[in-house]
Amino acid sequence: MTTHTENTHAHGGSESRTYFVTLVALLILTIITVAASYVDFGAGNIVIALFIATVKASLVALIFMHLNHEKPINAVIAVAGFLFLGIFLMFCFIDFDSRVNFQPVNVKPVVQAPATPAPAAAPEKK
Amino acid sequence: MANTIASHSHIGDRPRPAVNYLNAQKGLWSWMTTVDHKRIGVMYLVGVLSAFFIGGMFALMVRLSLLTPSHMLFGRVLMTAETYNRVFTLHGAIMVFLFIIPSVPAALGNFVLPLMLGAKDVAFPRLNLASFYLWCTGAAMAIASMIIGAVDTGWTFYTPYSTTTQGTVGLMVMAVFILGFSSIFTGINFVATVHKLRAPGMGWFDMPLFVWGIYSTAIIQVLATPVLGITLVLLLLERVFNIGIFDPKIGGDPVLFQHFFWFYSHPAVYIMILPGMAIISELIPTFSRKTMFGYRAVAYSSVSLALVSFIVWGHHMFVAGQSQLATVIFSALTFLVAIPSGVKMFNWLGTMYKGNISLETPMLYAISFLLLFAIGGLTGIFLGTLSVDVHLTDTYFVVAHFHYVMMGGTVIAFVGGIHYWWPKMTGRMYNEFWGRIACVLVFIGFNVTFFTQFIMGSLGMPRRYYNYLPQYAPYHMVSTIGSWILATGFFITAAYLLASLRKPMDAPDNPWGGTTLEWQTSSPPIEHNFEDQPVLQRAPYDYRPEPVGHK
Amino acid sequence: MEQQADTTKIGMWLFLATEVLLFGGLFVGFGLMQSRYPQEFIEAHEHLQRPLGALNTIVLLISSWTMVMAVLSSKRADRKKTVMFLLLTILCACIFLGVKYFEYSHKFEEGLLPGHWYKAQVTDTVHTAAGTLSHGYATFFSFYFMMTGLHGIHILVGIILLAWITVRANRGEFSSAYFTPVDLIGLYWHLVDMIWIYLFPLYYLIK
Repeated sequence: MTTHTENTHAHGGSESRTYFVTLVALLILTIITVAASYVDFGAGNIVIALFIATVKASLVALIFMHLNHEKPINAVIAVAGFLFLGIFLMFCFIDFDSRVNFQPVNVKPVVQAPATPAPAAAPEKK
Repeated sequence: MANTIASHSHIGDRPRPAVNYLNAQKGLWSWMTTVDHKRIGVMYLVGVLSAFFIGGMFALMVRLSLLTPSHMLFGRVLMTAETYNRVFTLHGAIMVFLFIIPSVPAALGNFVLPLMLGAKDVAFPRLNLASFYLWCTGAAMAIASMIIGAVDTGWTFYTPYSTTTQGTVGLMVMAVFILGFSSIFTGINFVATVHKLRAPGMGWFDMPLFVWGIYSTAIIQVLATPVLGITLVLLLLERVFNIGIFDPKIGGDPVLFQHFFWFYSHPAVYIMILPGMAIISELIPTFSRKTMFGYRAVAYSSVSLALVSFIVWGHHMFVAGQSQLATVIFSALTFLVAIPSGVKMFNWLGTMYKGNISLETPMLYAISFLLLFAIGGLTGIFLGTLSVDVHLTDTYFVVAHFHYVMMGGTVIAFVGGIHYWWPKMTGRMYNEFWGRIACVLVFIGFNVTFFTQFIMGSLGMPRRYYNYLPQYAPYHMVSTIGSWILATGFFITAAYLLASLRKPMDAPDNPWGGTTLEWQTSSPPIEHNFEDQPVLQRAPYDYRPEPVGHK
Repeated sequence: MEQQADTTKIGMWLFLATEVLLFGGLFVGFGLMQSRYPQEFIEAHEHLQRPLGALNTIVLLISSWTMVMAVLSSKRADRKKTVMFLLLTILCACIFLGVKYFEYSHKFEEGLLPGHWYKAQVTDTVHTAAGTLSHGYATFFSFYFMMTGLHGIHILVGIILLAWITVRANRGEFSSAYFTPVDLIGLYWHLVDMIWIYLFPLYYLIK
């Protein structure tokens, strides 16, 4: 994974430089992901796209949102959000992907009733 | 842990301050614009107890309708089936969203948490007031939806019925959305408060267990409630624009709604019970005059309960159409979530063992909790067992289970907590004699009402049904009579608590001999809680006598 | 003071976690529907204008950079630069919304609308057993409008917040002693950018 190591505890101009380099990296990654979408990798397309998206998101989180030099609790909170989202996604997919559409085996199939002739006149009731 | 002697006076030495948080500023406007966590807590208390009253009235109406199979009372049918559907829906929705989820955290937690931490207020006092106003807004909208047209979907709003039925589903859903944000902001406030505003000398494992419980609850509030928010948005959009996510006729999946709904609503039931358990963790050591057995185990179990609660939601959907694989996984995980609760039960019992127990009203409620939550929790395991659940699901067994844990658990603990902190909040003691009577009535009434429902449910009586077969009639009648005993107990409680407010403020600072920091300040507390910043001197629940010469 | 800044930062991150879960729910719904209607979603996404989506991605990334530069400038009490970078951020946000307006207009013209307003397209091939058009196409666009719409609302709220702190920055309120509002709104803005970072490939790029 191309983690850019501009994680210097910066003062003055080097902070600006870090941010600018990160922007350039993000733009390059965007170009790569768009280019990759024009090539058919089959099932790999979604993996590549999401992988690049995750790298971009990590750069934004670590550098633009300062998670790399702040107190760890903030990063724990951020990770927790994504982690529980992942749990939600995972279990829903386990359900969706393992559904089998089947008829219950011990239920008799519904039989269409044979067409009946028009009913005879009902007997007179008193 | 600091060894410095904090500069506050000894219990009982201090003269009662003339100015406290109640009379420091006067007038309605001062209450409406307050950022004092104590005033906000009191306002929440009034609000949630009013909601409890309304929801309780609806419950009594439900039980009245079910008194006999003919639904007749004094020669008239009490309500039609359509009305019945609305009444039980409103009972559920009000109790869950307006009462029980905010109850302990917003009413008692707001009041007690900063005091227990030795802080002046919560981390974000204005956000706290905003949370309260959001609650009020949600409550107003919910009541409006009741008056305009009412909802008959059940509090669970299952699709496709909820996306297609008449009635003010939209307004009620928006009300719940707003209430959700009230809960989220409270959660954010409490997490930040516990992290950053503890008194000097108070490390994580010097905090009272009430704080651990509220903190764990806050984690759930922050992580789970947003998913409820988006679920409600999707439900609303489906109703209005037919987007096709939940309705099978337009390509959607109703089970998806249930996944979305229960991803929040299962952790939500832990939002309900964890604060109740947190209160019990205060009551039992205090009224056993003994330190909490296994403090760390209880602390860890609170957090693990919060976290594990997120991976079991499918146990509400065993027969909904979930895949068999998912069902089996969820059932197995549900057994896991029982473990932390079990840990707490044994630790509470271990605390009482060889303790110096006194049976004041709060302790009576705590003991009731132990008995009722044990039943409620164990029956939860029955329901989590897949092979058993397919028979018991959607019967009165489920209804009895969740009333045992929510009412026999949370409400009992909440009422016990109200009694415990009543002198601190109001400066008055309630009438102990009537307190005990009411507690016994509540306990008896509760069991008559709901134990009968376990039996009824296991015999096959379905839930939410207006009509029932004559063979269930005796059980329904017993259960309804139980509801009257239960209601009597609560009315008596309300009466003596309100009556105590007319007495002069004469409660001592620490009537129960508690060791946590809220008892080191006056009853009621001054506006900024403590005269001087308290510094923690001893561990919570340390009932050893103070060493000689320590002054 | 530092405790105050730390506390508000924790509060902000907690709020951002709730936003992750709020939007995340929509992502989960989208993902599940995509696995239910794979062919329909592939065909439907062809109607999205990839170059415009890419342009919006670039615009938002640049706005994230201008935002973090604004935070840095406010910390250095550089009033002029702070205001400049904040205004640039707002400009990028407006460009984003402008591009979105074009995209939405195109959808309305073509009948690529959510739910029962969806008009069948020539390229839609999948039909139900009964012969009607599969619901997957309408579902795709329901999610498209819901997610980009909710995202757009967040951008709008962001513009309002940015305008507010631009006014405050212009008054010279920020310095290394106090730049918390800029910092916190910056965090919000970066989250809005992050959501788009995931939205863009899922809607515009996946085959």
